[in-house]
Amino acid sequence: MSKSNLHDNRISPLWAIVSAPAIWAMHFLASYMTAAVFCAKFADSDGSAGEVQLAVMIYTVIALLLIVAIAVIGFRHHHHGRQFTSHDDSGRDAQRRMIGFSTFLLALLSAVATVFTALVLVFVGTCH
Amino acid sequence: MTADATTTESRDPDAKRLFDAWRTPTGWRYWSAVNNSEVGLWYVVASFTFFLFGGILALLMRIQLAVPENDFLTADQYHQVFTMHGSVMMFLFAVPILEAISILLLPEMLGARDLPFPRLSAYGFWCFLIGGVFVCGSIFFGVAPEGGWFMYPPMTTEYQTGVGVDIWLLGLSFIEVASIAAAVELIVGVLKCRPPGMRLNLIPLYAWYILVVAVMILFAFPPLIAGDLLMELERSLDWPFFDASRGGDPMLWQHLFWIFGHPEVYIVFLPSVALLAMIVPTFARTAMVGYGWIVLAAVGTGFLSFGLWVHHMFTTGLPAISIGIFSAASQAVAIPTGIQLFCFIATLLVGRVTKSVCLLFTLGGLATFIIGGLTGVMVAVAPFDYQAHDTYFIVGHLHYVLIGGTIFPIVAGVYYYYPAVTGKQLSERLGRSAFWLMLIGFNISFFPMHFSGLLGMPRRVYTYQAELHVGTLNLISTIGAFVLAAGFLVFLWDVLRPKSRQPLAPRNVWNAGTLEWLAEVPDKPWGVRSIPIVETRYPLWEQERFVDDVDEGRFYLPGADEGKRETLVTSVVDAEPIQCLRVPGPTFLTHLAAVFTGGVFILSTFHWYVAAAISGVLAVATILVWLWTGTAWIPEKHEKDVGRGVTLPIYVSGSRAVGWWAMFITMLGDMTAFISLVFGYFFYWTIQEDFPPQGSNGPGWIYPTAALLTITLVWLAVMAARTWNRQDRGPMFYGAIAFGVTLSLAGVWALLMGPSSHAMDPTSHVYPAIVWVLVLWTALHVVVGIVMQLYCAARRMAGKMTARYDADIVNVTLYWHFIALTSLITWLVVAAFPMVAR
Repeated sequence: MSKSNLHDNRISPLWAIVSAPAIWAMHFLASYMTAAVFCAKFADSDGSAGEVQLAVMIYTVIALLLIVAIAVIGFRHHHHGRQFTSHDDSGRDAQRRMIGFSTFLLALLSAVATVFTALVLVFVGTCH
Repeated sequence: MTADATTTESRDPDAKRLFDAWRTPTGWRYWSAVNNSEVGLWYVVASFTFFLFGGILALLMRIQLAVPENDFLTADQYHQVFTMHGSVMMFLFAVPILEAISILLLPEMLGARDLPFPRLSAYGFWCFLIGGVFVCGSIFFGVAPEGGWFMYPPMTTEYQTGVGVDIWLLGLSFIEVASIAAAVELIVGVLKCRPPGMRLNLIPLYAWYILVVAVMILFAFPPLIAGDLLMELERSLDWPFFDASRGGDPMLWQHLFWIFGHPEVYIVFLPSVALLAMIVPTFARTAMVGYGWIVLAAVGTGFLSFGLWVHHMFTTGLPAISIGIFSAASQAVAIPTGIQLFCFIATLLVGRVTKSVCLLFTLGGLATFIIGGLTGVMVAVAPFDYQAHDTYFIVGHLHYVLIGGTIFPIVAGVYYYYPAVTGKQLSERLGRSAFWLMLIGFNISFFPMHFSGLLGMPRRVYTYQAELHVGTLNLISTIGAFVLAAGFLVFLWDVLRPKSRQPLAPRNVWNAGTLEWLAEVPDKPWGVRSIPIVETRYPLWEQERFVDDVDEGRFYLPGADEGKRETLVTSVVDAEPIQCLRVPGPTFLTHLAAVFTGGVFILSTFHWYVAAAISGVLAVATILVWLWTGTAWIPEKHEKDVGRGVTLPIYVSGSRAVGWWAMFITMLGDMTAFISLVFGYFFYWTIQEDFPPQGSNGPGWIYPTAALLTITLVWLAVMAARTWNRQDRGPMFYGAIAFGVTLSLAGVWALLMGPSSHAMDPTSHVYPAIVWVLVLWTALHVVVGIVMQLYCAARRMAGKMTARYDADIVNVTLYWHFIALTSLITWLVVAAFPMVAR
């Protein structure tokens, strides 16, 4: 067995791929749970949800900062080595570029989906 | 189809040994096979049989609805028929067929001899078959479930007292065991059984999709299992989880069901797209365009699909903000879904497309799915959904999505892979006839439903009045349904017609580039003659002398020197060989285990709890025998030369081992079910002014805290046992196990004493009921943990577990990490939270 085989469980690329959508998921759940709990337990009779709007804006800023950081990391991995080499070579570098590329794309998608969620709170400010 | 030993095998002793090791049993023992090629084939045939059954039910409905005020079926019969149609199509066809195709083909795509747990696949299949026959059979006795495929309470808890709902709850929960078993198998298969060199950037797209889908199953099915548990407890023991008069709420079921139900749509859609991702490059004669984009689409869809569940509940009176959040996610999921479709279209545009029935079904499927996707975007807009909800518009929409996104691609897949599995080709002429009949029939049947829905025809009604003016539209739909059925009949005839006089198809008949087309014609039971080194995404196109090198045994494991079934395990990211894994062969233990497991669920349906308990004990005993005799074998030597100068260990434990991954993945699913129950607790807290109710007895903090402390000590004891076993300190190991088992029993006692000593009556209110559920869930897991500890002690005593070969105790330790976490969460919820909430 070669020495490199002993270090087989580098699963970080898989975590990199799912990290941005995971942040979207946490932002989504936090926004939904804040809205659901606030509307059920704390809303005034007029149903105003200004506190939820503020909370979701804070969540959104945090989530977008993290997603942008992941996008930057993904983009750097994508540009690792010679810039225009393909993703489908057999070496480790090609794998790194491909995973970086998918990480970057997923970060973009996650950013869009996070903004979608946040926009709801821009336009809807009531529980009713 | 497998061949007998041929002259090649008789000339080459390596090939002969390999053939003998993987030989398919003959005669009645054929049914003891566990190899993926047999189990996968049975799975496909069984799934398609259920599909035909569901299709016949659909035709019965269309006959009933052909004209106004028809009396072909009674209201009661119609309710059973539409409930069974939806349930069969989703639970007995759509999900199992993806598992079936994956079990059949994934090892071939990965150049593996088999998936890592062949007996688990076989067990899952037999569970699926027994459960499916049980559920389907109920309709012939007039006792089938009538609550729709989503079984909404309170209709199914208060107004349907027959056995039908129990059959649905318990029968389908049993089948979900098979789904989770398949998910474990497929995740570990993709992550650990790839051929050397197949890094993450070279994986066939099918495998990426299946990895995503299997993970989705792991997080989507457990909430439904949790919901099933709660509803069955309400029906059997009167615990009021969905009874509003005692603090329960039917909405909790809707949440749990749709947390499962919406990802389910993508769970059945993505594997079908995955088939297209294999078919399109072959017929475009070029590599798939946008590999990284498709990975984005698969992973992105997998995540976003979990943010859509409430769009099935827009009309239930939820707050506007909640509706908006889910509407936004429902729009966002169109982005990754669209990206993959553009990749397919781009591939077809840049390639040199060759005509084929496979491609016809591919294009038909894409076009149909896009129409369904567009109406999906419409109903994701809440105000439109208020109008269309529960009308035939939704029936039209969902069938465009499911038939376009799932059925057509699967038929394309059958035409594509039939030669690889059977050695014979299907007829292009019959295929074209089937395609046009299906496409035309489908659109005639389902397109008018959008209009009948907009005109106000509700779903799930057994008849309608002529004054509604939807009679003509319904008649057209019925005619279309029969044209669609005629298309399926042609397809069925093509698949089943005798082909003994038809010549064998050439090997790699479509000139594809991926590994599954290494299959010889007729196929050999070993899968691949030698496990190749992969350097490109399409090795059959791009690697020189690749097929010859595989066939002539120039890669890994070209023989079976010890006569054992072996395959390679590689590292998760770089696919470097790390183990020569020995997998078990044919057995009937899996059948016995499935029968006894089925007994638990089926006998419980009829409230024969003693018989069900006996069946449960027998199931546990059988599974223990299966584990004892079939797993963690100590090899006759530590390492083995697998060819090309590489020597690999035969036995590994810890996070490098497939068993460890299986335990980890299973416990993730288990944890998801538990979190779903915790979600239930907090759901009740949000909807009630006063939860836990003032004056109600809680479990207190003394017993729950004692339980947490004892279980934490057990967890530490199990970890100590693992360490002392590794140091070969036998007495210390046995002492730790004895300590752990004793404290486990104390932990169970303390857990149960909390609610029982405070006279918490679970039938009085939902609060004691949900506390009891959380406590019992934890206690049951501790009991299973006791069995595991005793098993490890017995293994060491029998010499089957040693300091070096310690996979059993390592995996059990991993289990106890999860139990420690479960206990902590239970304590936080049932003991700590009431103190904070008050």
